[in-house]
Amino acid sequence: MSAEAKFTPKMIGIICNWCCYGGADLCGVSRFQYPPYIRLIRVMCSARVDMKHIFRAFLNGADAMFVGGCHLDDCHYITHGNYEAISMVQLCRKLLEHIGINPKRLRIEWVSAGEGIRFANIMNEFGAEIEKMGPLGKAEGISEAELKSGLEEVTRLIPYIKLAKRDKLALHIRDNHEAYNDLYTSDEIDELLREVPSYYIDPEKCQACMTCARRCPVEAIISAKGQVHVIEQEKCVKCGTCFEACPPRFSAIRKIVGEPVPPPLPEGERTVVRKSKEKEVG
Amino acid sequence: MSTERVERIEEQNIIEQVARSLGTKNFGDVMVVGGGISGIQAALDLGTAGFKVYLVDTAPTIGGHMAQLDKTFPTNDCSMCIESPKFVECNRHPNIEIVSYTEVHSVEGEAGDFKVTLFRKPRYINESKCTGCTVCVEYCPVKYPDQFNQDISNNKAIHIYFAQAIPLKPYIDESCLYLKEGKCQICKGVCKNDAIDLNQKGEMVEVKVGAIILAPGYVPFDPKLREDYGYGKFENVVTSMDYERLLCATGPYEGEILRATDKKHPHNIAWIHCVGSRQVIPGGNSYCSAVCCTYTQKQVILTKDHDADARCTIFHNDIRSYGKDFERFYQRAENLPGIRFIRSYVSIGKEIPESKNVTIRYSTPDDGVKEEEFDMVVLSVGLNPPHDFKNFADRFGIKLNAHGFCETNPFNPMETTRPGIFVSGAFQGPMDIPESVVTASGAGSQCGELLNYRRGNLARERVYPPERDVSQEEPRIGVYVCHCGANIGRIVDVPGTVEYAKTLPNVVHAEENLFICSTEAAAMLAKDIQERELNRVIVAACTPRTHEPLFRDTLREAGINQYYYDMANIREHCSWVHSKEKEAATQKSKDIIRMSVARAIHLEPLQEFDLPVDKRAVVVGGGVAGMTSALSIANQGHEVHLVEKEKELGGIARRIHYTLEGMDVQAYLRDLIRKVYQHPLVHVYTGATIPEATGYVGNFTTKVKFDRRVIEIKHGATIIATGAEVYKPTEYLYGEDDRVMTHLELEERITKGDEKVINAGSIAMIQCVGCRQEDRNYCSRICCSESIKNALKLKEINPEMDIYIFFRDVRSYGFKEDYYREAASKDVRFIRYEPDNKPQVEAVQEDGRSFLRITATDPVLGKKLEIDADALALAAAVIPAADRKEISGLFKVSLGPDEFFQEAHVKLRPVDFGAEGVYLCGIAHYPKLISETVSQAYGAAGRALTLLANDTVVASGSVCAVNERMCMGCGACVTACTYGAIELRDTKQGKKAGVIPVLCKGDGLCNTKCPTGAIQLKHYTDEELLNQIDARFKESFV
Repeated sequence: MSAEAKFTPKMIGIICNWCCYGGADLCGVSRFQYPPYIRLIRVMCSARVDMKHIFRAFLNGADAMFVGGCHLDDCHYITHGNYEAISMVQLCRKLLEHIGINPKRLRIEWVSAGEGIRFANIMNEFGAEIEKMGPLGKAEGISEAELKSGLEEVTRLIPYIKLAKRDKLALHIRDNHEAYNDLYTSDEIDELLREVPSYYIDPEKCQACMTCARRCPVEAIISAKGQVHVIEQEKCVKCGTCFEACPPRFSAIRKIVGEPVPPPLPEGERTVVRKSKEKEVG
Repeated sequence: MSTERVERIEEQNIIEQVARSLGTKNFGDVMVVGGGISGIQAALDLGTAGFKVYLVDTAPTIGGHMAQLDKTFPTNDCSMCIESPKFVECNRHPNIEIVSYTEVHSVEGEAGDFKVTLFRKPRYINESKCTGCTVCVEYCPVKYPDQFNQDISNNKAIHIYFAQAIPLKPYIDESCLYLKEGKCQICKGVCKNDAIDLNQKGEMVEVKVGAIILAPGYVPFDPKLREDYGYGKFENVVTSMDYERLLCATGPYEGEILRATDKKHPHNIAWIHCVGSRQVIPGGNSYCSAVCCTYTQKQVILTKDHDADARCTIFHNDIRSYGKDFERFYQRAENLPGIRFIRSYVSIGKEIPESKNVTIRYSTPDDGVKEEEFDMVVLSVGLNPPHDFKNFADRFGIKLNAHGFCETNPFNPMETTRPGIFVSGAFQGPMDIPESVVTASGAGSQCGELLNYRRGNLARERVYPPERDVSQEEPRIGVYVCHCGANIGRIVDVPGTVEYAKTLPNVVHAEENLFICSTEAAAMLAKDIQERELNRVIVAACTPRTHEPLFRDTLREAGINQYYYDMANIREHCSWVHSKEKEAATQKSKDIIRMSVARAIHLEPLQEFDLPVDKRAVVVGGGVAGMTSALSIANQGHEVHLVEKEKELGGIARRIHYTLEGMDVQAYLRDLIRKVYQHPLVHVYTGATIPEATGYVGNFTTKVKFDRRVIEIKHGATIIATGAEVYKPTEYLYGEDDRVMTHLELEERITKGDEKVINAGSIAMIQCVGCRQEDRNYCSRICCSESIKNALKLKEINPEMDIYIFFRDVRSYGFKEDYYREAASKDVRFIRYEPDNKPQVEAVQEDGRSFLRITATDPVLGKKLEIDADALALAAAVIPAADRKEISGLFKVSLGPDEFFQEAHVKLRPVDFGAEGVYLCGIAHYPKLISETVSQAYGAAGRALTLLANDTVVASGSVCAVNERMCMGCGACVTACTYGAIELRDTKQGKKAGVIPVLCKGDGLCNTKCPTGAIQLKHYTDEELLNQIDARFKESFV
């Protein structure tokens, strides 16, 4: 018990300049006290907080993370980005849960610049909750390796997840804020991660036109003139740009779901057999 | 081009040239007399709105009394920390000339053309030669009581007034041995720059200006003049101003509260309220000084911060927590352990010879008269008119009121009796800092009305050195860790933090500073950047929300792009919130700095751009506040659209008929409405609503719906003056018995000559109905004055009438105290009640008579009192307007905890909103009297002019940009950006997003929508943020 009582969580918060940061300032001005293990990062709007930031924090061993914004409908910007922030956070909580992390380690809260005391209360209460919960991974009973691979896997899939959940991530449910709590279901997340696609270039069909490689936003396609193009699966963010870009007359790119991706042709065996030439020969 | 036009241009050029040459020869637009916070605000507003300003102060520096305060209520902001950035701003402002250590000798001329003769007192220093090195101070042999520290500690005959002084140059005061006896001259010998000139003479200087603002402030009441408080006799009796200095880290004992007699910490301290105020005895002031109740509470809270076990006793009369958030502040003080608030008149007993403790005699209902011993006694002294006020008034040719403050027009408190001379701050009468700031902006707006024809003629623009291109250099980071007096240094190990910072990658220099925000430190910083060739700067101090602009400016001055700056907030987010965990706070400070360094390495230089400012304004709300600010803006040449939801203009003032001072409100209102309708630049929409408001500072678009049509107005500034409402009581038989009414209804019935009211034998009034309670935890401020006003009116009509006022605290602050006394002298009976024992009201039929019986318990005697009255008036609370949330949503402005609109900063930005270009006035902000509303309305207009008077407003360089290579053309960012700042463009590689920078507001929502990270908000890029996140957890992050 005593060992657990000594646990000092590592916490991080990313908070918006206009409301929550102001609330944290007022909290200081008012000398309200809260635990010293939280560190804050300032952004202009809670909507700037990216899924990447959240998973990076947990990959770094954060025991808890906090996103702070203006109250709903009080956003400083006409984008009302805090609606999108709450949707993003709810999605992340489900994803954390999916990989075995207690979703309560991630929170989003609204604090206005006039609510110093509210900021202190949240910090105290969240801190106490995490202290009780225990360290990341250990408390959940998952190994460090498991934790790391789970978080890395989700991080790699963020572009895909953003695309797949694009509509829900942009939802502004103005009349029922509670609805965000059940916006994403566990089944939905299971399905989302089960159906992760892979893209594969059929060596038979590729004509080495380089279109896909030029369009690929992450430069994951190995291409050279006259050489069958190959998608580096570790680099691929599964955005499907190549799939869309491949000229229909070639249709060389396949979307694969639920089965392994065939291995690429060994280097040196990638010379393209031109369709036109094939015809001539035939 | 026609010859006529060419000639006109030439003529214009000549005028400008003459004006420019005169500009250097004592020719200006406005002279502000008094460099306290009020004068500073007036100068800054006017300077920014295109006028050349002379800011004159008799002290060796600007700053005034605010500079002496430790903290400010009700937020306990560090006073110097919030004021000193303004010193720097004044000093750097191209249109402000600070003339310190100077008296006004005489004023001739008239509005538009004054000739002011100034007397510059000799500093005995050649300011252009002096470097401010202070070697002379070190060597000066004469110790002399330090005025800035209330004579508690000593300074030298040659000294700098305080560390943040402007100019930061020493001066020699009359205690100098050479000046007195022709001896010494050591200072002259040690000065390496030959800057000391002991033969310097004062000089007369003539300055021509068009208008004058008087902001000389106040002097604290001096209890030495009367012997009854033992001040000056018993050393452990101090004034509240002395105590401010004792509390302050830059004070005589570096923030230790020590007794003069034994230099020990007092643990048992008493405060005595109303010293020099609310006293009709020789040597006292009859008025209430308006600020002492709340500053005492502040001192109590701070004392407990210094010494958690301290026992504090406050002997008070009424507690006047009438300002915004004051009531909660009072409760905060009251609920601290070891605090006693005792309502009693007191007298100082004796000094105990051995301990030098002081006794106080007081009485309580339970124990009768007692004498108690205290380690220290603090006298909560009031505010007196400025030094030598009679002469001062004569020199300016203005009249004073009976108390020696400036005589003003109740319907325009900034107006003196001499046209062209305005008044702001505490010379109007006792007031707190926000009111001093509001009236400064208000006086500024009126100068603007007077001098609009010459606006911009003498103004100059700020010029910065060219930016050094450092993009090819390795990051060279300088880290400056601020002690902030003791605010950080007492908790965080600053030297240890500096040493740690030096170990961080790319940090080439780190050092500590007592106050990094001081002018001296800013100059040092600029020099350091150049000498050490820094290309990134981190200041670890307070919040970037207040201080980032100051330091960014310093970077610009040093020729470095201002976006190479980052701020590590180790005060609000560290030392202040972990004040009992020194080690953990030090560790946290190091972490915060490390995170900041991680971010700084990736910072990029960004260019800001100018956005055009639409010169028109929209004023929402057509009451006194809205109309007054609309007129003031229109009088400065700007079109104003005034939108009122009711069918008529006038707001709540339509129901008010006379003021406490006896002014005719309806006549005033009729005149105001006439002026609004007649003004060619004011467009009035009544019965109007606002379905939509969009845009941003300088470029708003607001839709106004009226007469079944909707028009669209483009404008640069918005003023919110939407007013408030009166609580409809559910208590005390209101609505059940028509003899029970609100004070507004009583006023209407008095004015109509309702027999039941004016011929009543007796009328009762109950105060604090609907507020100062859990669900509305604030004081409505105006009700005590309202009840006294109505009581006096009734007494005037019917002197025989019995009037009873049931109150909790009579809050007749400032000069309103005189009316309270008048009412009491006319036999209006004031009966106090406690909140947990409110009066009971019942309708009674007895002996054929029908009346209202009010039963209350006298808290002193504990006896039940029954009052039979013919009518009952309830001081119903002022409550926030019903449409507050709608307005708050439309204009992106926030509401405070009581749901009145929340200003940007309680003390120093009282009429600004956090949202740029939107301003606030009237009772939408908080309940206030008409004169206060007028002040605020002019104030909001003055602030709006600082924007509207300029052609452009600078937009942030922190906008989004797209890396086309990474863009997949999905359009998620385009849909997300409701500003329409992103569009899809066709390229050879398909559709790609592109940003229109002027439309981008820098929120960064689009970044998180982008699957690939192709769109990035500059200054908040993923690289910067992820590195910051990594650095939170890891020592190495590069």
